[in-house]
Order: sequence, then structure tokens, then C-alpha cells
Amino acid sequence: MAEEMRIVLRNYGKIDPLKIEDYIAQGGYKPLEKARSMDKEALIDEVKKSNLRGRGGAGFNCGQKWLFAYKADSDVKYVICNADEGEPGTYKDRMIMENDPHTVLEGMAICGYAIGATKGYIYLRGEYPQLVDILNTAIAQAKEKGVLGEFDIEVRSGAGAYVCGEETALIESIEGKRGEPRYKPPYPPVEGLWNKPTIVNNVETFANIPVILEKGGDWYASIGVPSYPGTKVFTLTGDINNKTFFEVPTNTTVRELIYKFGGGIPGGKKFKAVQIGGTSGAFLSEEQLDTPVAFDNMAAVGATLGSGAVFVLDESRDVVDVTTRIAKFFEHESCGKCAPCREGTARMHELMEKLNAGKGSAADIALLERLGRVMSYSCLCGLGQAAPTPVLTTIERFQADYNAKLM
Amino acid sequence: MDYKDIIAKYADMPGGIIESFHAIQKELSYLPEEAIVEAAKVFNIPAAEAYGVATFYSMFSTNSRGKNVIRICESAPCHVAGAAEVVAALERELGIKMGESTPDGLFALEFTECVGQCQATPVITINGKPYLDVSPAKIPGILAEYK
Ligand SMILES: Cc1cc2nc3c(=O)[nH]c(=O)nc-3n(C[C@H](O)[C@H](O)[C@H](O)COP(=O)(O)O)c2cc1C
Ligand code: SF4
Ligand code: FES
Repeated sequence: MAEEMRIVLRNYGKIDPLKIEDYIAQGGYKPLEKARSMDKEALIDEVKKSNLRGRGGAGFNCGQKWLFAYKADSDVKYVICNADEGEPGTYKDRMIMENDPHTVLEGMAICGYAIGATKGYIYLRGEYPQLVDILNTAIAQAKEKGVLGEFDIEVRSGAGAYVCGEETALIESIEGKRGEPRYKPPYPPVEGLWNKPTIVNNVETFANIPVILEKGGDWYASIGVPSYPGTKVFTLTGDINNKTFFEVPTNTTVRELIYKFGGGIPGGKKFKAVQIGGTSGAFLSEEQLDTPVAFDNMAAVGATLGSGAVFVLDESRDVVDVTTRIAKFFEHESCGKCAPCREGTARMHELMEKLNAGKGSAADIALLERLGRVMSYSCLCGLGQAAPTPVLTTIERFQADYNAKLM
Repeated sequence: MDYKDIIAKYADMPGGIIESFHAIQKELSYLPEEAIVEAAKVFNIPAAEAYGVATFYSMFSTNSRGKNVIRICESAPCHVAGAAEVVAALERELGIKMGESTPDGLFALEFTECVGQCQATPVITINGKPYLDVSPAKIPGILAEYK
């Protein structure tokens, strides 16, 4: 069985996060030095070789993305760390930044060197005001020590909009606008912040970078599932004994997460459902529990790894009620820019409320399925495309719960 | 500090209007209309656009509200952990409904989605400070800190 393996949380509990000396004593900022001695293309190649895929949800190859920005012809480029962490049930980026802010700064600086950017932003969700000070302290220390060289990092706060985790909405927000996603292409590596080539990577993605530089891309690529190697940090919530976080190799199964790391379900109750990847993720039933957590394995059971949230429900829970709550979330968080999502999330919530109140019929369920299908391909951004997932997967896998509430 | 002085501090920050709104709310708890109009001038955008920004983000309020903003997480993990009972206890204790402020101007009561403290649900925040594993019994003690 899989064991915990700490790469991004390697310094957790070992260092005082507010002391750069502690980070340096653990070998910190050596990888940045090494990166700067390398040819840029060779550096990006090393990251590509690791096959590190973005930890913010979309799973895009990190080195490949950097190559696009490196090749983009521009005198000004930007690096953005996505610390918006809005997916309910997720707090892994907070754990990383609270306990080891320098690893994030170092990852960003390595990226800056690789693509030719001298300015970085950390877009931090507004719900983490305590972290503004921690990050600014770390940035000030790194500047004082001179380790960042000419790379400058600024912290910007979000203000409570889930959609601002979407990279183009995030960019709009840093520019001081409403956080509405842009039409793509062009993608940010070509045209991002202030229309300049921009890399947006998740906190956890950046935290992996120094270690990949230190130990090599081949080493990283050999951990976990080859198509999505390395580790992933998971946060366990709901009906689970160990409501905490774990960093595990990507060949760990959902069952191991729940029963081995999570310590199983409290009160001797039976398992009913688990939602993986946050509120926009799929619900799995008992039959899918032996799936490895890696991206493509999850996709094969109609799920996404997402942010790494694992939300467990025991046999006493009402899946329809929980899904109704989730449908309200999407209606609230839809930015309203495109009609299928603005209208679709509202209708979806309305239909779920009707079913949850015991006033719905089989025709309403059929309508939800149709609406969900249309939204998944017609919405402009990932919010609207993923919003139907919890509804569609619970209709498919927990039919009895729905049937019990039909009129 | 006057809102004009606050906004002026961010005038040279590209896209700094959102940071300036945060700073104003720290002082006033909401964004008065004059402040939004002033920000539009300083950041050189139409007032409608500045108002659009102020109303887009759920942490900003364009209506005056209580000084201490209590937000209750109603995302799924907090929902199944009993957020509804915490809501009921807060409404009872403060004598107001969700979305309202107390007549003495001390507290505002709002819903929020996940605040990233899901290791200890249900969660509320007061002026951004999280309180973990909240139960109805803990509410009077927490509120006393702000009275
Ligand atoms: C609605 C929505 C919300 C998102 N929220 C986040 C988030 O909070 N954090 C994050 O890193 N990525 C989030 N993403 C994904 C980003 O758009 C982007 O893919 C990611 O930041 C890229 O970084 P990565 O390649 O390192 O994962 C979100 C996407 C969508 C559609
Ligand atoms: S899908 Fe939803 S959140 Fe995304 S752009 Fe359209 S309305 Fe906005
Ligand atoms: S779900 Fe309530 S704090 Fe995360």
C-alpha cells in the first residue's frame, strides 16, 4: 500500500516559515542558482522531462506551457501564481504557503528565469488575509538576501469570487476589472496580463519546481502513475475520521485515501459517496473506489482530480440535498458573462430545489440531464462546463436517492 | 483615514482599484458611493466600470453594514457539518436575519462559500479571522470578543 511522500510539503514542521535561513539550511534557493546556470531551453526541457502536470485542476504539462511563453516574442513577460484556491473543501495551497512560502517564491523565480520574466504576482484569495503578511515577509527576506536577483514578486488579493481562479478571469482581476473569463485563444502564455505573455501556475505546481531541479526530471517522472507523476496533496472533509491533509504519490487509490489515510468513516457507519476534486467534481460510489487518483485514471470514471478535495458522505446522508446545495453554489458563482451558464446554473438550482423538496418528477430529472449535457459543451469557461458534473454523476450513481424523493 | 487619502495611496499601482477597495472597507466596512466615484477618477475609468468592479466581488458591499462582518460558510463540507444550526444560533443571538446588520451597527451577518479552513467544519469568519469547529454553544463567547 502507498505511503505518504512529501515533496511539496517537504519542509512542513521542519522550518520556521518566517525565517529564510531555515529554508536555505534545507538546501533552499540552491535549485534557483542551478537553474540560472543552465541554458533556458535545457531548463525547460528538464521540467518537461519530469512530466509535471498542473496541480490547479486542468492538468496541463508544465514544461510545455513554459515553452510557449519562452518562445513568445516580447520584452515584457509575467509569472502569476494562482493562489485563489476557491474550490470548496480545499486548503492545500494554504498549507503550502503557510508552512513554506519560500518554496513558492523559488518556483516562481525559476519560471521567471526560464521564460524571461522579471515580474511575478501572487493572486491570493481574499479569504486568506493572514497569508498576505507571511508572503510579504518572505518576499522581503528574499529581496534582502538577494536570492531572487532581478525577479520581483507582488501579492494581490482577490475579493471572494470563485471564478477568479480561472486563469483569464484572474488576469482581469489583477488588471483591476470584474473577474470575467476571456475568450480563448489567445491563451495567457501568448497574451495574458496586460496582453503580455504570461505563465499562470498553481501554488502546488510551483512548489514542485525546486525539487525537480534538485533531483532531476527523471527522478520525478518515476514517482506514481507515469502519465501524471509525482505526488498530490489531498484534503479530506465530510464524514471521515481524519479530517486532514495528505501528500501521496499519484498511484494511491481513492479507497486508500478514505480508509488508510482518512481512517474510514466515523461512528461505524457505511460509506455512501465521495466527491473528488472539489464542488465541481464527480461523485463516486463504492464501485469506483479502487481508481488511482491520477488525472487520466480519474477521467476514465468521469471524474477530475481537480484541486484534490475529497469529500466523503456516509450512508445517513441525503445525496440530493447535498447536490442541491452545490447547485446553489454555481448559481451564485456564475459570472453571468455567457447565457448557458447564467441561465443554466439558475435553472439547475431551481430544478434541484424542486426535487429536494419532494415536488419533482422523473421529467424534471430528464430535463436536468439534458440541460447538464448542453451546459457541458456550450458554456464559455470551466465553471459552467463543470457545474453539471455533480448533478449528472449523482443522477447516474445514486438514482435511489432521487427516486425516494419523487412526487 | 479619509477615503480619498486611502485611494491616493494606490493611484500608481496598475489595476490597484481592488486593493484600494479592500483598504477602504477595512476602515468603513463598506464602499460608499462617493468612494467608488473617487476611485473611478483616480484610476481613470468610467464610474460605471468602477461600480461594476465594486458589485462583482462578494466581499465588497455597496450598502452600509455592521462594523464586524460575520460570514458563515455554507459550502458542502460545512453544510453537512451543521452550518444551518450555526446560522440559527447567530440569528437568535444577534436578533437579525442573514444579510442584515444589528441596529447598533456592530455586526453584519452574511453567507460565504468555502473559506479554506475545511479541516474543522463548520467555520465562520469575523473580519476575515476564522473560527473553527463552531457550534451554537460557542457563539456567545465568540461574539463577546467584539462587544
Ligand atoms: C472556475 C475555475 C476555477 C479555477 N480555480 C482555480 C484555483 O483556485 N486555483 C488554481 O490553481 N487553478 C484554478 N483553476 C484552473 C486555472 O484556470 C488554471 O488552469 C491553473 O491555474 C493553471 O495552473 P496549473 O497548470 O499549475 O494547474 C480554475 C479553473 C476554473 C475554470
Ligand atoms: S461559464 Fe459561467 S462563469 Fe464562465 S464565463 Fe460563462 S457565465 Fe461566466
Ligand atoms: S467548506 Fe466551509 S471552510 Fe471550506
